[in-house]
Amino acid sequence: MKVNWLEFIVGCFLVAGITAAVVLALKVAGLTLDAGSGEFYTVYGRFSNIGSLKVRSPVKLGGVVIGSVSDIKIDPKTLQPVVTIKIDRRYSELGSDTTFSVLTSGLLGEQYLGVKPDFASMDDDGNPVYLKDGDTTNFTESAIVLEELLGKFLYSVSSAKTDNGSSN
Amino acid sequence: MLVESISNLGHRGICFLTALGRALLVLIHALFGKPQFRKHFPLFVEQLYVVGVQSVMIIIVSGLFIGMVLGLQGYNVLVQFKAEASLGPLVSLSILRELGPVVAALLFAGRAGSALTAEIGLMKATEQLSSMEMMAVDPLRRVISPRFWAGFVSLPLLTFMFSVIGIYGGKMVGVDWLGIDEGTFWTGTQASVDLYEDIAQGWIKSVIFAIVVCWVALFNGYNCLPTAAGISKATTQTVVHSSLIVLGLDFVLTALMFN
Repeated sequence: MKVNWLEFIVGCFLVAGITAAVVLALKVAGLTLDAGSGEFYTVYGRFSNIGSLKVRSPVKLGGVVIGSVSDIKIDPKTLQPVVTIKIDRRYSELGSDTTFSVLTSGLLGEQYLGVKPDFASMDDDGNPVYLKDGDTTNFTESAIVLEELLGKFLYSVSSAKTDNGSSN
Repeated sequence: MLVESISNLGHRGICFLTALGRALLVLIHALFGKPQFRKHFPLFVEQLYVVGVQSVMIIIVSGLFIGMVLGLQGYNVLVQFKAEASLGPLVSLSILRELGPVVAALLFAGRAGSALTAEIGLMKATEQLSSMEMMAVDPLRRVISPRFWAGFVSLPLLTFMFSVIGIYGGKMVGVDWLGIDEGTFWTGTQASVDLYEDIAQGWIKSVIFAIVVCWVALFNGYNCLPTAAGISKATTQTVVHSSLIVLGLDFVLTALMFN
């Protein structure tokens, strides 16, 4: 078969362009082809304040990314944010008392969900109880809001002053 | 004196509107003429080679260097705040949203748009377009249309290549030379880049820029004075006008898309 070099090169160009688009989608946007194939299990966490946690924020255990935030909603009954946390099945042995806390990486960095494992609760046979797919956990720590922190600090300073004043 | 200057302004206004109307007619004819695939597809492929493939080199090289510069400058600023982890989002978002579509379109206007104008202008000056019409071949459909569609197809693809190479250039500087953790770079990037918000909207931008650049280039060639000076003026006009329109339109599109 006679190969038309012009058409071949143009074909290579088109393939290269489409490959670039696919690389952007997979590597840069982090789109995974096997999403929802059962490689993750889902845990729901109730927070009182999630700060600037976003959908797709990473979930880290000791600095290692083990999952991501897949959805954030408000529970209409309790009016509290409920975060849907997707965790890799490889890390399925997290105790049911595991704490999820909203943390910030660095001074200006993005917010992520830190995981602190805890194996306090045991079943009747003395084996630790693990988080299961679909569990809802209340062991959460909210984001630290700077204004609240400052407010507490100012309050404590002023109350300390008045205490001193009364004792004198 | 006053009457003269006002009528001068009127003359210019009429000329501008006439040119705009002609440009629109050229575009409409080029787009909506009935295509004859067997005859026009080889022409399209040939133009894809001239317009697209031959622009790959300049796009890749400039993408690489722009990404590297962004990585270097971004690192120098971010490291003062201990926020090097944000280098990935910085590089990839600025390339995907703004630099990729805009710089690729500017380079494309300089590399391919000027060539299109010069080629069509010379065709007009040597009366090739008129002789085509004499042979009942519509030059709009045979000459303009394949070039337009080739540009329309290739600029978005070139923009994707530019973005990928640029992001990898930034990654090369940040991760391989300056020592940011590779995992931090990619997770930060993946957490902040959204497929629809960033990549698809960058793609929409590049499609619009492709239409604008090709339209300006082809119309300037088709409308130029059939002299050597006319061709040179039309070529300059193509580069100047399409660059200005791309930059101005980018602001409008950014305001519309990202608020």
